[in-house]
Amino acid sequence: MHELPVTESILNVVLKHARANGVKKVVAIHLEIGELSDLENEWIQRYFDYLSKNTLAEGAKLKIKRTPVVMECRSCETRFKVNIKDMFEIKCPKCGSSDCTMVSGKEYYIKSMEAV
Amino acid sequence: MMDDIKLIEVKEEIFSDNKQLADGLRQRLARNKTYLLNVMASPGAGKTSLILRTIDLLKDDFSIGVIEADIDSMVDSKKVATHGVKAVQIRTGGFCHLDAAMVTKGLDAMDLGGLDLIIIENVGNLVCPAEFDTGAVKNTMILSVPEGDDKPLKYPLMFTVSQALIVNKVDYLKTEDFDMEALKNRALGLNPGLDIFEVSCKTGQGIDKWVDWLRKEVKAFVT
Repeated sequence: MHELPVTESILNVVLKHARANGVKKVVAIHLEIGELSDLENEWIQRYFDYLSKNTLAEGAKLKIKRTPVVMECRSCETRFKVNIKDMFEIKCPKCGSSDCTMVSGKEYYIKSMEAV
Repeated sequence: MMDDIKLIEVKEEIFSDNKQLADGLRQRLARNKTYLLNVMASPGAGKTSLILRTIDLLKDDFSIGVIEADIDSMVDSKKVATHGVKAVQIRTGGFCHLDAAMVTKGLDAMDLGGLDLIIIENVGNLVCPAEFDTGAVKNTMILSVPEGDDKPLKYPLMFTVSQALIVNKVDYLKTEDFDMEALKNRALGLNPGLDIFEVSCKTGQGIDKWVDWLRKEVKAFVT
């Protein structure tokens, strides 16, 4: 629902790095976005295509890697992946405790970009 | 000849600008000893009603301001102003959430000087506001009974970024098929540290417990 401001932020960061590195054109952008985010890949790309017109990043492909939700058990420190549909009944697979904290799954990260 | 493609490390958070702005805002408010509370919920859950109830119980203890976000109306800020506190309306013009920049604009429109507590009424939506740091000290979300006990399953992020969950409209529990224990288990499963309050803004039931929580929070912050 809020792909537009997210895409604007991505573009701003990318253009900053493009200028700093003196590139001619950005070809691809590698993103890591947590599974908990409701962003739609297709819409981010569409907004990006629109916003990036006449910039160094025009036509760049967004390559989005979804990072899984990983929890850590507070009692035995075991880390385990959680299917987003099972998030309401989280139990540590080792000791069975449900007192767990989230260590990843909410990322909004620009990892790298490919440019010429 | 094709130019060689080179890989440039970026390693930046997408929301780094908003995060920086929000952190700066938090520092500014901390220096001024003003507690900022962000209230989020879906449309009709009772954000304005809760804020009005809260103001009525806290206005003798603190000097309070309200920032109202609305896509395109002034309805809420007019209501709030009748309860004797400063209210600023931000029209988000279609934006589905508030970010730190919009909150900064709202704060600039009020005289921060003597304010102990500013409450943000975010845009009615359980998705987008969860993603944007507003610069608030704490996030509170409201879930109303008619919305159903399954909402933590559908909007997990909102339940993980909030520190307090207010279950409003408990006066509907008799007629609604709502399992309070299931809701609590689901919400606490996502966020074990969540403080949960069962209230009815209509009858006033349970409001005192929520207000006690907020009073302690603000007192600890401003003194």
